Amino acid sequence: MTIASTPTRAELRPLERPRFVWAIADALTLAKRNLVQIPRIPEELIFATIQPVMFVLLFRYVFGGAIAGTGTTYVNYLMAGIFTQTVIFGSTTTGIGLANDLQRGLVDRFRSLPMAKSAVLTGRTLSDLVRNTFVVLVMWVVGLLVGFQPQGSPLAWLAAVGILLLTSFAFSWISATIGLAVNTVEAAQSAGFIWLFPLTFASSIFVPTKTMPLWLRGFAEHQPVSVIANAVRGLLLNQADPTTVWAAVGYCVAMLVIFVPLAVRAYGNRAAR
Amino acid sequence: MANRPAIFAEGLYKRYGKTQALAGLDLQAEAATVLAVLGPNGAGKTTAVRILTTLLRPDAGHAEVAGLDVVKQADQLRARIGLAGQYAAVDENLTGFENLEMVGRLYHLAGRVARQRANELLARFDLADAAKRTVKTYSGGMRRRLDLAASLVMTPPVLFLDEPTTGLDPRSRLGMWDIISGLVSDGTTVLLTTQYLEEADQLAHSIAVVDHGRVIASGTADELKQQVGGERFEITVARGGDLTDAMNALRPYSVGEIQLEAERRHIIVPVVNGAHQLAAVVRDLDTAHVPLEDLALRRPTLDEVFLTLTGQPATSDATDNAAPDARPLARSNA
Ligand SMILES: Nc1ncnc2c1ncn2[C@@H]1O[C@H](COP(=O)(O)OP(=O)(O)OP(=O)(O)O)[C@@H](O)[C@H]1O
Ligand SMILES: [Mg+2]
Repeated sequence: MTIASTPTRAELRPLERPRFVWAIADALTLAKRNLVQIPRIPEELIFATIQPVMFVLLFRYVFGGAIAGTGTTYVNYLMAGIFTQTVIFGSTTTGIGLANDLQRGLVDRFRSLPMAKSAVLTGRTLSDLVRNTFVVLVMWVVGLLVGFQPQGSPLAWLAAVGILLLTSFAFSWISATIGLAVNTVEAAQSAGFIWLFPLTFASSIFVPTKTMPLWLRGFAEHQPVSVIANAVRGLLLNQADPTTVWAAVGYCVAMLVIFVPLAVRAYGNRAAR
Repeated sequence: MANRPAIFAEGLYKRYGKTQALAGLDLQAEAATVLAVLGPNGAGKTTAVRILTTLLRPDAGHAEVAGLDVVKQADQLRARIGLAGQYAAVDENLTGFENLEMVGRLYHLAGRVARQRANELLARFDLADAAKRTVKTYSGGMRRRLDLAASLVMTPPVLFLDEPTTGLDPRSRLGMWDIISGLVSDGTTVLLTTQYLEEADQLAHSIAVVDHGRVIASGTADELKQQVGGERFEITVARGGDLTDAMNALRPYSVGEIQLEAERRHIIVPVVNGAHQLAAVVRDLDTAHVPLEDLALRRPTLDEVFLTLTGQPATSDATDNAAPDARPLARSNA
């Protein structure tokens, strides 16, 4: 039952809170806004999940026999890679969502409100993090169904998930920068994806890099996606190598250090157009 | 504060690439009045609104809203203004209620207050029945009303409405006019842009006609009408009547130059207070034996004001379900 009541003039005033509290509260308000929409457009999440599931099934059963020399079962090798690929591809929704908000004039509304400026970006990257967490869980279940057997301690697995989420968050900021730099949602979509293909395929996600031609190996072994995939794989399969794990964390932090300010600046420039 | 105008802009310039969107725009609105910014497509109305609502920085010039500088005090200013932009900025995948609640939270209202306020506004804007539906299912007019509701969450002292009634049906348009008048009598200052002369005539205390990024005329509707010529008698002399006799009979009433279109036998006499002189004019023409085909006292409409000022006709190629008596101004963008 609701009692129809109207706020008085005195109540219709902003609450007094320190700035940083508002920066968090506003980000959460916008993250909530993004999250409640997910079940209302189920197609989007379903396709975002079907795609990595398809990769798992294809690579597991089509290439699984041909790809050897991974030192473990191929499905165990593959799952760590697929997790990495999934969160990286999943992070492209950040840029698409922002481009959408710009195109539909919502950013103008937000900018005319006395809210924290950062909240549009932090709210979006946070909700995409939550969404990606969900997709990782679904993938974990799918993995178990097709024979994935994580080794070692659950604490290490948790650390692996932690690295995946950090990766998701870092790539979200890159995606945000791209989404704010281009003019349309369609452009955000293609520009957000295209550079990820070489980065994810010329990596240790699907196959060990030592099978690649020499000129490619140099790149494939050291680029961030491989390092992250290797770190996750180590933690899931009880072969963790601290150097790789810290290198993966370092890459993510470096991406954040570079792209958070770039995204914030792109947001400022974009909105002032 | 007392005599400070609620909206004050001086010499605003804004350039987009090769387009000079604003070229020295000046605006002024006293507190608790409606300022209508009237102009054809591309005149710079939206650009001006975006600068005054802190969304855009001017290249040059100075503007204050509610006593706050729109550039230097932008953060403080945002708590004191409401904006409904030209295109409804509401989230399609949220319900009407969720949209308003979110805006309330972003204005930093307490959760309970934000929810109460959302319901109150939904009722006021005739959206209570649709409150729990996602905006995707709303009609264009419903979105527009929701957008306006969102701009009123805080009953801001200064409200900016960019073409608030474009796309509304006649009933919703009248409803909107009522709401705007109500806000103004409660002390809100409103700047609205419009292409409907009727709307400016009805609502505005003052009107600024904008073209090519600057104000080309301003004042009350009456002042603008006066400025382009005021009242006149328009007389058509029937066949057989003598035009010279007619001119002689009319001359005492004229306050300016009498225009004669001999072919159409049409005479235009600028006058003041024409209504009081009508009977005398008819009598004098009769005495002079001038037979009349037609005699009318005319005041210029805002359409004519607009035509005279911008050299652009006010056409009526309505692109939406506009009120039949509201005429949009259109112009092919140069
Ligand atoms: N972001 C932009 N980039 C480039 N040019 C722009 C931009 N925004 C506006 N303009 C140009 O600036 C001029 C003024 O535009 P503005 O939107 O202020 O006009 P308006 O009076 O609101 O027109 P309308 O009645 O069509 O809404 C136009 O010539 C327009 O093309
Ligand atoms: Mg406009």
